[in-house]
Amino acid sequence: MANLSMTVNGKSVTATVDPRTLLVQFLRENLRLTGTHVGCDTSQCGACVVHLDGKAVKACTTLALSCEGASVTTIEGLANGGTLHPMQEAFREHHGLQCGFCTPGMIMSAVDIVNRRGNSLDEKTIREDLDGNICRCTGYHNIVKAVAAGAEAMGKGAAPVRQAAE
Amino acid sequence: MYAFTYHRPATARQAASLLAKKEDAKLLAGGHTLLPTMKQRLASPGALVDLSSCADLKGITRKGRNLVIGAMTTHAEVAASPEVQEAIPALAYLASHIGDPHVRHRGTIGGSVANNDPAADYPAALLALGATVVTNKRKLAAEEFFSGLYETALDEGEIIVKVSFPATSKAGYAKFRNPASRYALVGVFVAKRGSEIAVAITGAGEGGVFRWPEAEAALKARFAGKSLDGLKHTAKGINGDIHADAEYRAHLIGVMAKQAVAQATGKA
Repeated sequence: MANLSMTVNGKSVTATVDPRTLLVQFLRENLRLTGTHVGCDTSQCGACVVHLDGKAVKACTTLALSCEGASVTTIEGLANGGTLHPMQEAFREHHGLQCGFCTPGMIMSAVDIVNRRGNSLDEKTIREDLDGNICRCTGYHNIVKAVAAGAEAMGKGAAPVRQAAE
Repeated sequence: MYAFTYHRPATARQAASLLAKKEDAKLLAGGHTLLPTMKQRLASPGALVDLSSCADLKGITRKGRNLVIGAMTTHAEVAASPEVQEAIPALAYLASHIGDPHVRHRGTIGGSVANNDPAADYPAALLALGATVVTNKRKLAAEEFFSGLYETALDEGEIIVKVSFPATSKAGYAKFRNPASRYALVGVFVAKRGSEIAVAITGAGEGGVFRWPEAEAALKARFAGKSLDGLKHTAKGINGDIHADAEYRAHLIGVMAKQAVAQATGKA
């Protein structure tokens, strides 16, 4: 067993873990942050994507102990209280999900794309950069739309205005 | 995974001493090959020495004619580096096409080179550019470094510190990737340095990365895609698997080589 401390969604956490513990296990099983999913468990599907020191990584292929002293953001860390993050709101608005299993990873990847490439994203860039995230329900059309809209909304610093459809 | 002890040294020197002291120890770089392999219980090191805190293994510097990249520099860092984009644009391009964005945030040049996966991208660049692998013990030319499938000239306890590339803008990389794994079915790196031309091929060789002397000779006459017209690589010694048979891969070598030359000559 080894001691571990890191910051998760702005809160410092400490634990004693088996060195084999993966970051995703630590988040889900120790911290009960079950929004981060385990899909393929082979670093292909992207359901486990979180931000490690501001960069999107696959938490199923990262040892928890490698994150000693690091800052981790999970899907639970995006919303501001009851107000969804603009990217979450965009996925809701554009129906960027069906079963929702891939959604936390998609959204964490989408925010990472905006962090790297800014708020104005064309479809080609979005599709290329979602390379590491697999959705098995809807196909990607609405996800791509959601990412483009969410990126723009993040630039405005506000949640997109809801349309009257609901 | 089987149990292991975990160590996280702060310098390459400490890492080397841990590697020597701990029984059955393995180095952990980005972990994107080693951890999946351990999960499948195909590897079971008794100890992991995590290099992620070794600041002396990171960073990109331009030293005269050479571009020097620390072993623990990630693919994303290489791809985004203005130094790399200026000195060897083809290398930045190669790094930007490894795996996916998340993988590129973790995977490192040192890890890729040390693993010498026959379908990895970096070995082709090192071989074609005539790079030097600098370890904590010695300097190895790429030609002598890559010695076979997943095999390198590294000794037990030897750690890659950095890789030094001679700068050249006349280089190109083209790969036909496996859409699922994103590894190269065939990747061709072409480089021209002075009158020297090298064509290195990854993903296709039964023995890992290799050079294609016929294409090099043809390109020496004239460094243009047209020079490769009619030139076909033999299927002998080429990999065949469920993704592509040897004939198909051999054909792809010619196609990718032309694309790489087009990129190198600014005609892509």
